[in-house]
Amino acid sequence: MAGPDTHSHDHGDHSHGHDHEHDHARTFQPDIEDKPFSHYQVMAEALGELLIDSGVITADELRQQLEWLDARSPADGAKLVARAWTDPGFKKQLLQDVNAAAESIGLSAGDIPIRAIENTPAVHNVVVCTLCSCYPRGLLGLPPDWYKSREYRSRTVREPRAVLAEFGTVIPKEVEVRVHDSTADLRYLVLPMQPKGSESMKADALEELVTRDCMIGVSLPRSPRA
Amino acid sequence: MPRFAVGDVVRVRRAFPPGHVRTPYFTRGRSGIVDAIAGNYRNPEELAYGRYDAPTLPLYRVSFRQADLWPEYDGPAADTTIVDIYENWLEPAEEGQ
Amino acid sequence: MSGERRVHDMGGLAAGPLDREEPEHAAWEKRIDAIRALCAKRRLLRTDELRRNTEDLGPGVYDKLSYHERRCAAIANTLLQKNVFTVDALGRKMSEIERRWTTGEVP
Repeated sequence: MAGPDTHSHDHGDHSHGHDHEHDHARTFQPDIEDKPFSHYQVMAEALGELLIDSGVITADELRQQLEWLDARSPADGAKLVARAWTDPGFKKQLLQDVNAAAESIGLSAGDIPIRAIENTPAVHNVVVCTLCSCYPRGLLGLPPDWYKSREYRSRTVREPRAVLAEFGTVIPKEVEVRVHDSTADLRYLVLPMQPKGSESMKADALEELVTRDCMIGVSLPRSPRA
Repeated sequence: MPRFAVGDVVRVRRAFPPGHVRTPYFTRGRSGIVDAIAGNYRNPEELAYGRYDAPTLPLYRVSFRQADLWPEYDGPAADTTIVDIYENWLEPAEEGQ
Repeated sequence: MSGERRVHDMGGLAAGPLDREEPEHAAWEKRIDAIRALCAKRRLLRTDELRRNTEDLGPGVYDKLSYHERRCAAIANTLLQKNVFTVDALGRKMSEIERRWTTGEVP
């Protein structure tokens, strides 16, 4: 999409109220051919300004929330998985109650209940939300665009093995592929099997092997370097 | 008191109400097995319309065989899909239904 | 009762290959995510209400819009329904912003 977002500076970065002097003319060059901004871009700006103008939120809060969202990553999920691999007691706790297990090691999985679903030699799990894009954001951050796409939401429940194959993941026929459609209040985090050859590794090194995609279930964890 | 227990064979009602529901179309009229009872939650069908103090009801994890959901499913017979479904959508099913 | 599938309820439909690109989200899209989170904290926006408004965009619109465009529209509709601001206020604000962005004027 052409427009302000293709420039290094654009209006969406500014959660400014009207007490903030800002010279748009110097930094914003409108495209003569077509409108360089979209209807929803304008609406997004308007929503923020209206909420700030009416005191529902402050510009600072908006800025902080933006920073917090930018900082979110799957790191916390990876920490839980790596710890479960090295500590059978913790694994049991994790399978019982992810949110409590996370809190017990100083992490916050958020308010929404998350369930850990364990991959075994008999079962490979994969998670989807066919109705919208429910995702364990508290532990994995924001979902990738493909997770929210029509293609993933439509096909994963119906042809999971073909979808997994697009990620290079082939699950043997003897292993059940179990799809979880997170339609309700629960969110799901796949607890993958520990990769072969990593048995002597410590938890912090194991975290490197735990990718976002293996906690969604479309991939397996990385193998340790030889 | 949940109406169904783990292991019960249940059928998703073949209903198509307009408005906000969280029971996917692909499960309507299908039978599966209760895999787990997930707890009691307020019904999203009511929360969505501003009834924040709606009573809670049991939520079930229902396991469907892929072969039962998709006539042309070409994967292994053991493959399943588990869907979280609220009690108001479930009724008892006979074996083989 | 006869069975029409609602547009958002797409589990099991045929579809093409995944596009696994992960472009950086535009600033306005991140803004929408932030606004949603803050309004949820203020109890102005419930998850289920947002979902309902997203679904009610209906066929045609639902697929024509991107994920964040739908989210933006649904947030606006929810806040309007809650009388957090009026349609008039939103419309005037949007016109003002368009004017600013087109002419480079400072309000």
